[in-house]
Amino acid sequence: MFYREAGDFKTSYQQDNQTFPIRFDRYRYYVVLAVAFGVVPFLINDYWANAILVPFLIYAIAAIGLNILTGYCGQVSLGTGGFMAVGAYACYKLMTAFPELSMFIHVILAGGVTALVGVLFGLPSLRIKGFYLAVATLAAQFFLVWLFNRVPWFYNYSASGQISAPERDVFGILVTGPNAPSWAVYLFCLIFVTFAGVLARNLTRGTMGRRWMAIRDMDIAAEIIGVNPLTAKLSAFAASSFFVGISGALFFSVYLGAVEVGEAFGIQKSFLVLFMVIIGGLGSIFGAFAGAAFLVVLPVALKLVGVDMLGWATDIVAHFQLVIVGALIVVFLILEPHGLAQLWRVAKEKLRLWPFPY
Amino acid sequence: MPDQVVFAMEVTLNGLMAGVLYALVALGFVLIYKASGIFNYAQGVMALFAAMTLVGIMEGQVPFSHLINAMFGTDVHHFGWHLPGLAAILLTMVVMVALAWCVQQFVMRHLVGQEPIILFMATIGLAYFLEGLSDLMWGSEIKKLDVGLPQGLNEMIDNATYNIFGYGFFIDNLDIVATVIAALLVIALVAFSQYTKEGRAMRAVADDHQAALSVGISLNFIWVMVWSVAGFVALVAGIMWGTKSGVQFSLSLIALKALPVLMLGGFTSIPGAIVGGLIIGVGEKLFDFMIGPLVGGATENWFAYVLALIFLVFRPQGLFGEKIIERV
Repeated sequence: MFYREAGDFKTSYQQDNQTFPIRFDRYRYYVVLAVAFGVVPFLINDYWANAILVPFLIYAIAAIGLNILTGYCGQVSLGTGGFMAVGAYACYKLMTAFPELSMFIHVILAGGVTALVGVLFGLPSLRIKGFYLAVATLAAQFFLVWLFNRVPWFYNYSASGQISAPERDVFGILVTGPNAPSWAVYLFCLIFVTFAGVLARNLTRGTMGRRWMAIRDMDIAAEIIGVNPLTAKLSAFAASSFFVGISGALFFSVYLGAVEVGEAFGIQKSFLVLFMVIIGGLGSIFGAFAGAAFLVVLPVALKLVGVDMLGWATDIVAHFQLVIVGALIVVFLILEPHGLAQLWRVAKEKLRLWPFPY
Repeated sequence: MPDQVVFAMEVTLNGLMAGVLYALVALGFVLIYKASGIFNYAQGVMALFAAMTLVGIMEGQVPFSHLINAMFGTDVHHFGWHLPGLAAILLTMVVMVALAWCVQQFVMRHLVGQEPIILFMATIGLAYFLEGLSDLMWGSEIKKLDVGLPQGLNEMIDNATYNIFGYGFFIDNLDIVATVIAALLVIALVAFSQYTKEGRAMRAVADDHQAALSVGISLNFIWVMVWSVAGFVALVAGIMWGTKSGVQFSLSLIALKALPVLMLGGFTSIPGAIVGGLIIGVGEKLFDFMIGPLVGGATENWFAYVLALIFLVFRPQGLFGEKIIERV
């Protein structure tokens, strides 16, 4: 009744090309933004921020990044954890080397550094395909984690081998360190998420995104119609690593505060982000958000049900979580290979016809 | 002879032995990949699951005891029997066959014809599922596995090398046993696929699914069989690794080590898996021995992957893999 193109007349090219062509979609987007920026910061408390909202926002950026590489360009990567670590350590080195600069600049520069590293490890993708490449990205994962563990320069020769974020502010408001108020941390992450979402959406809609998708669908055919696989694949690696690096930098600096690299950015993290992308939907920006939300909320919900309501031991619930996540992956791949995003698409299609389906 | 060379020789020998164990895991991968084109990430977790089940059966543990106790407030842990190793191995094999059937029935059958990368991700999901399941069934604490394999320093080699070099090599008996078993396993597998009816059917399926179907081979049966054989290989690998370092979660990480082994050897070649395993085993031990001290040690974590990565850039199909031909 309200979700349809009919009556939504476009009178300029600009209107025709806008991100959300359907009016309802557009308003929904504005409402979500308004609630996220205008309402949530006033209601937020430490528990909600630390348990759900901030990790959701950070993982959403990582999932967007991996989705560009895996969902749009078809290059499976198991090195997300390693690239997040690059972002975290780049951010740490920048924060300690230039304490006077704004955190915004640090985080974005950290993303840039990660993009460079991503391109470096993306080079083999020109020769290696499919899961050979997936295994090759494992090299990035293990090598980078080892590097940050073993070379003291990266952790500023601290005795514990950990890195911990010093207190930094944005316009006079603390965003890192234990004293940062939760609403500031939330808003800081939210700004990056919005920026990442808009950027990724427009990248994937444009020339670049079409090149990536051509490579994903059939690389030889893409090459023949004039897509340069070198620039397409490497730009996908760069864009993906940029987002993943930002998410790693945020994960370290504003969320955890102190990081032991093997624990925080191990192979498990790579799989977690990959699962978010699969469950959310390969090749969909909305899917990245949906998958991140799902896998952040699931453990919290399971803990609530298992430990607090049924009174089970935490380790049993943790094992259950593995079983459920594993089963969900399989179920999703069988029933809905395009993930939650596809369910959303089906729902929208139904809405368009409602209340008079054929 | 200078000390360094003698040490290097010992390191090489130990690397060969470790390589055999990698090759054992890699074998399971190759089997499934050849017959169904599925890259089975869960192979390592299958080894963990098999080893845990074996320990559980030997000790007479009640499966899911923690869960049952938590749900019903009971206090059951053990049936109160101890099975001899061989009987427990047979029973575990039955469990692995049942697992193979379940995997085929509930997962793989529904994914026939999907892209390889989707199948790969499904096996990652399967790996998580199995990992959680084995912890739920048998508990997550580190277990000791002892089915009566010899362990400890091999004195014969120690004495012989002492007489020649004036320095006794430390070679674990278990590694020697593992090598022998791996060799037997490969011979058995090759014989099975060459000389039995089921083995030929398996190779036919590997060659061409549709052609195999049209001459009356049941794909379902073959795939259950292949997963069972892979389960058997996982069991053997699980016994070896479990005896060596205890049955624990890190066992499933050896699956990751098997990946570079496969990339070196090629996904489709059984000899490739063995040679790749040996190269990785020797390579990482020697690299850690010679270069490791210069760069801070623990290079074993990544050396295999980087070696495979560099190698793949020059030869994308691996040492013995079938040549990748791309046509438009």
